[in-house]
Amino acid sequence: MADAIPTATDTPSPLICARALSRHYGTVRAVDEVELTIGRGELFGLIGHNGAGKTTLFKMMLGLVAPTGGMVTIDGIDVAGAGFRQVRRRVGYLPENVVFYDNLTGLETLLFFAKLKAVSHSECGPLLAKVGLAGAARRPLKEYSKGMRQRLGLAQALLGNPALLFLDEPTTGLDPEGIRDFYAALRELQVAGVTVVLTSHILAEIQQRVDRLAIMAAGRVRAIGSVQALRAARPLPVTFEIRCAPGRSDAVRAALGALPLSTAEGHDHTLRFESPPDAKMQVLEALARLGGSIRDISVREATLEDVFFGLTE
Amino acid sequence: MTLEFAPVATVAGKEFWDRIRSLWVLAIAVLFTVFALAIAYFGGAQQGAVGFRSIEFTIASLVSLVIYLIPLIALLLGFDAIVGERERGSLDLLLSMPITRLELLLGKFLGLAAALAFSTVAGFGLVAMVLAGRLNLGGLSAYAGFMASSILLGVSFLSIAVLISVLASDRTRASGLSIAVWFFFVLMFDLLLLGALVVSGGRVGGAVFPYLLLLNPTDVFRVLNVHALEEVGSLYGLATVFPPELAHQGLLYGVMLAWCVLPLMLAAWRFRR
Repeated sequence: MADAIPTATDTPSPLICARALSRHYGTVRAVDEVELTIGRGELFGLIGHNGAGKTTLFKMMLGLVAPTGGMVTIDGIDVAGAGFRQVRRRVGYLPENVVFYDNLTGLETLLFFAKLKAVSHSECGPLLAKVGLAGAARRPLKEYSKGMRQRLGLAQALLGNPALLFLDEPTTGLDPEGIRDFYAALRELQVAGVTVVLTSHILAEIQQRVDRLAIMAAGRVRAIGSVQALRAARPLPVTFEIRCAPGRSDAVRAALGALPLSTAEGHDHTLRFESPPDAKMQVLEALARLGGSIRDISVREATLEDVFFGLTE
Repeated sequence: MTLEFAPVATVAGKEFWDRIRSLWVLAIAVLFTVFALAIAYFGGAQQGAVGFRSIEFTIASLVSLVIYLIPLIALLLGFDAIVGERERGSLDLLLSMPITRLELLLGKFLGLAAALAFSTVAGFGLVAMVLAGRLNLGGLSAYAGFMASSILLGVSFLSIAVLISVLASDRTRASGLSIAVWFFFVLMFDLLLLGALVVSGGRVGGAVFPYLLLLNPTDVFRVLNVHALEEVGSLYGLATVFPPELAHQGLLYGVMLAWCVLPLMLAAWRFRR
């Protein structure tokens, strides 16, 4: 099914390269022969159902899980090799459902990770302020809400001005305002040259915000590209819903008969049919000529969600 | 992969200060102080005498107490070192830092060992200061030996606890396994050996019996302390059982050290991937 989709894109300045990357657990192929190149400064999304292999792929890119085949390099350095410390000092990671130590305060938590990362302690205060936790810095984490923990997680990931951020389901637990602020912060980072790789289940959310995305299913990358490229490569129908004037639905049906449409289904005065994307204008012109026979039209274009489910089901 | 000191020290420092802040160290130190003072002053009450008798009897009584208490404390201290992080979900975050798995494990172990050693020295050391006026040099050195071997006993069970924390899939199993380990080494082991001896009429195991004792850190601890005390040594009847070539202090301390290191090495090996 995926043969029409471009899976390799020329990336001008590759930062992350995964080559023939696999992780098999016995007969289960959690990640299977993945080829992936992510460029410097990209905001890259990874999409898939639970169990599609996103998190395993993520952990292999971080060097947390050893591949059973292939390798990952960041800036040309093998993430599982002797240069791993060099890589990790430049990488920030926010795990899904980040959990910290309840007995520490926000500031102490950040200081601990700063020390592990060999980052100056003077970064911690400003970072907490940046994620809006300056007032809660000296409160123990057991008093933090889920959203506050997530923001502390982001502050932690930003320690040491990383050139690359891995964010696993970063907006879980954030309210709509929090999500907006979060992506605004990501854009700011991107302007500063930071590369961001994130996963999300909320496709509508990621769709407008990433430069490119990869769709994973059953351990494989099924498609990579910008939202537009994915749509263009896999033509998805445009759905029309037309409310006709009383007694005019047969006339409307007849007027559209010559166009390449799916059979129109209708009940009462409403017709519903699909057209290929390149026939959209033809359909609209034909409908315009019908004038008073039509009361209302709604047109729905395929979303990324349709691309996603079309490929993975 | 190289071993760096800084990440080990960071993790160890966090573990140590966590225990100081949670008052764990203070609680254990107070517990040791109270028990040691009670034993020193009231240990002879059954014989109708109250008050400090001799350091040798005090140590002998403390040994029987410490043998139950310290392994339990050490196991409870260390059983969730790794599995706790795993279950909480913070292990991946820790491992995404510029730290190797071995460094993380060593940091955990050393930090907890420092907390345990600190409580032991503080608790029993306070008692030593109280008793100091009544002790001669020999008594002091026997007491110092008791404290040193207590620390080693604790660290050896901490090493086992860290191994459990790597092997267990969740905290519940880890705690169950820790209790089982305590039960086996502290309560069952000697009984099993004695049982084998008695059932076979002394034919099986008689000669290897002392060597088998080396397989249990609590027994090594007991031999180390009781053998050093001539007065009570005969009470235990150990002089007749324990061959002199094994009663060498250096050897026994070596065995204790091995118990501190080997489970940890096994844990590091299992935790590699």
